[in-house]
Amino acid sequence: MRQRQLAPRRPEPEPVFNYSKLVGYGRAIELMREFGIGMKGDEEFQRLVTSLITIFLVITLTFFLMQMVPGGPFLGENVNPKITERLLAKYGYDQPLLIQYWRYLKAMFQGDLGYSMVVKSGYPVTEVILGSFPTSGKLGFLALSVALVIGIPLGVFAAMKHGTAFDRTFIFCSSLFVSIPSFIMTIVLMLVFASWLKLLPVAYLDSWKSYILPVAGMAVYPMFHLGRLTRTTMLDAVSQDYVLTARAKGLSTGKIMFKHALRNAIIPVITSLGPTIAGIMTGSFVVEKVFAIDGMGKYFVNSISSRDYPLIMGTTIFYGVLLILCNYVVDLLYGVIDPRIKL
Amino acid sequence: MQYNPDKLKQYNISEADLALASSSEKEGIDQMRPSVTYWKDAFRRFRRNKLAIVMFFILTIIILMAIFGPIFSPYTYKGQSRDVRQGPSWQHWLGTDNLGRDQFTRLMYGTRISLLVGVVTMVLVCLIGITYGGIAAYVGGLADNLMMRFVDLMMTIPSMLIIILLSVVLRDPLESLFNNPTFSGLATLGSGLISIFLVLALFNWLGMARAVRASLLMNRSQEYVLASEAMGARSKWVLSKHLLPNSIGVIIISATGVVPGAIMTESFLSFIGLGVSAPMPSLGSMANTALNGIISYPQNMLYPAFLISMIILCFNILGDALRDALDPKMRN
Repeated sequence: MRQRQLAPRRPEPEPVFNYSKLVGYGRAIELMREFGIGMKGDEEFQRLVTSLITIFLVITLTFFLMQMVPGGPFLGENVNPKITERLLAKYGYDQPLLIQYWRYLKAMFQGDLGYSMVVKSGYPVTEVILGSFPTSGKLGFLALSVALVIGIPLGVFAAMKHGTAFDRTFIFCSSLFVSIPSFIMTIVLMLVFASWLKLLPVAYLDSWKSYILPVAGMAVYPMFHLGRLTRTTMLDAVSQDYVLTARAKGLSTGKIMFKHALRNAIIPVITSLGPTIAGIMTGSFVVEKVFAIDGMGKYFVNSISSRDYPLIMGTTIFYGVLLILCNYVVDLLYGVIDPRIKL
Repeated sequence: MQYNPDKLKQYNISEADLALASSSEKEGIDQMRPSVTYWKDAFRRFRRNKLAIVMFFILTIIILMAIFGPIFSPYTYKGQSRDVRQGPSWQHWLGTDNLGRDQFTRLMYGTRISLLVGVVTMVLVCLIGITYGGIAAYVGGLADNLMMRFVDLMMTIPSMLIIILLSVVLRDPLESLFNNPTFSGLATLGSGLISIFLVLALFNWLGMARAVRASLLMNRSQEYVLASEAMGARSKWVLSKHLLPNSIGVIIISATGVVPGAIMTESFLSFIGLGVSAPMPSLGSMANTALNGIISYPQNMLYPAFLISMIILCFNILGDALRDALDPKMRN
């Protein structure tokens, strides 16, 4: 086994075709590989293909599901059937489904997702999405950062103080807060801090203070979820031999915990980042509704309650692609954290 | 029995000391314990978990209130009155909502819906998951591989989005289906609720299928199964006497894990306006109704919010306790 390392390294064979150039962000992957991070080519490619298939599936599912809805866009009480027919023909709704599907795909790649019918009547869906996403993205990113920055150290400390009052309090709090749906958390936070104590604004995003409650509402659940997970995996990690070795060498507890044990314990936490991001996204639907924030989640929820089909389709596809890309990036992160991992 | 009297004298033992023990004496020496089965052991460990017992009682009370409470209530979930948004009183224990409907009665009906969603989803998930995982484990080979790749693919789909989309889409077709006299029995539940059952089952069985398949395969390769087969056991015997009983713990753990998630998703869907159809209350839709006027009448929001969280908390803690009790690997 060992001898194989002594043999002269053969140059790696050229890939059959350069897939990373095929999909826009090839340069990033190449850079990562130059610095020795990221996965092996094959695995990376496999992941990428899976992600692309899933994106395709989500788009297809969304399109055909929306076709199942009865009724049409030009139905009204006093509409001349001739006019309806002409309108259908003009927008191509009289064509067979597969042709409509092909057209929708083609238009989508040109950045055209149709027009909103109810929520922002007459506006292109792409415009609505691009106009509202930055707000939602900022909130979501802040919530995820808060959850990671507070949740993981909490979990590590709970594992370090295993069996103490701090640990037990942490476990109790995490069971409690993981049981409260984010929409309830958001509303309760709003009632307590904005309505009763009048410390923070009740709605809108206009100062740094107004960010606190929405971000807290989205971050509490993932924070305790990730913290709990970190605690469990840390307890596993500290019973390993290498921790004993590190302790025997005389390293400080903090160094052992954060440099040695956490690096191994964090892998399952990273695995759960995908679902966590999805959860934060779901939370944003409600948070934006409660705090009247002009973000994408609000448009998504409004489009659902008012049956604005083009907007539902556009936002669903956008969210779906975003989540799948996030999952893909999380998969790439594996290789960075733990070079041993093979997918 | 003859003893050598010299030897007896040498060791200072009388002949009576060497008499056989009577059965009453035996009882004192060998403590006869009934053999502890898996279930007894699990129950004993479960009982030691004080928090879980408390949660069990709270959940039992909530369930009983949800099932029998509405029968004794003088109000119905849709009966409106002019006393709109009242505080708690003797007529209305928890006050009335924005249409003058009795909050307490509506809460009991809403809890019924939430629990029903949890239980029905769990049953559907068990049916689909056990069958799928069982078939995959039993068939093996290429079919197993393909079936599991399909599960992997389903797992990568952002389920919440498709669940929301499906609840939007399924409603109208189901509505027209229920107008058909054959299915009119289901219509009493409402198309919103049925579509929630369907979509929740559709995306929750994946974990169950994986767990069942893994557990069956793991047990299949254990030595005791090999021993049983070596002694001539048929596959039916192995399946019913060894594989299924040893997987039941895994099945129960996965099944209890599904319930709080399903209740949470249902309340979320109802909160954003999907889910059960209008006059029928669900805890999520009650919270949604209370959102208008929340600053002036926060209590109407806090009741359903508290109940949802309590139910989910109970199921979460019971689920954890069950896992600790049933998972043989956790034994100390």
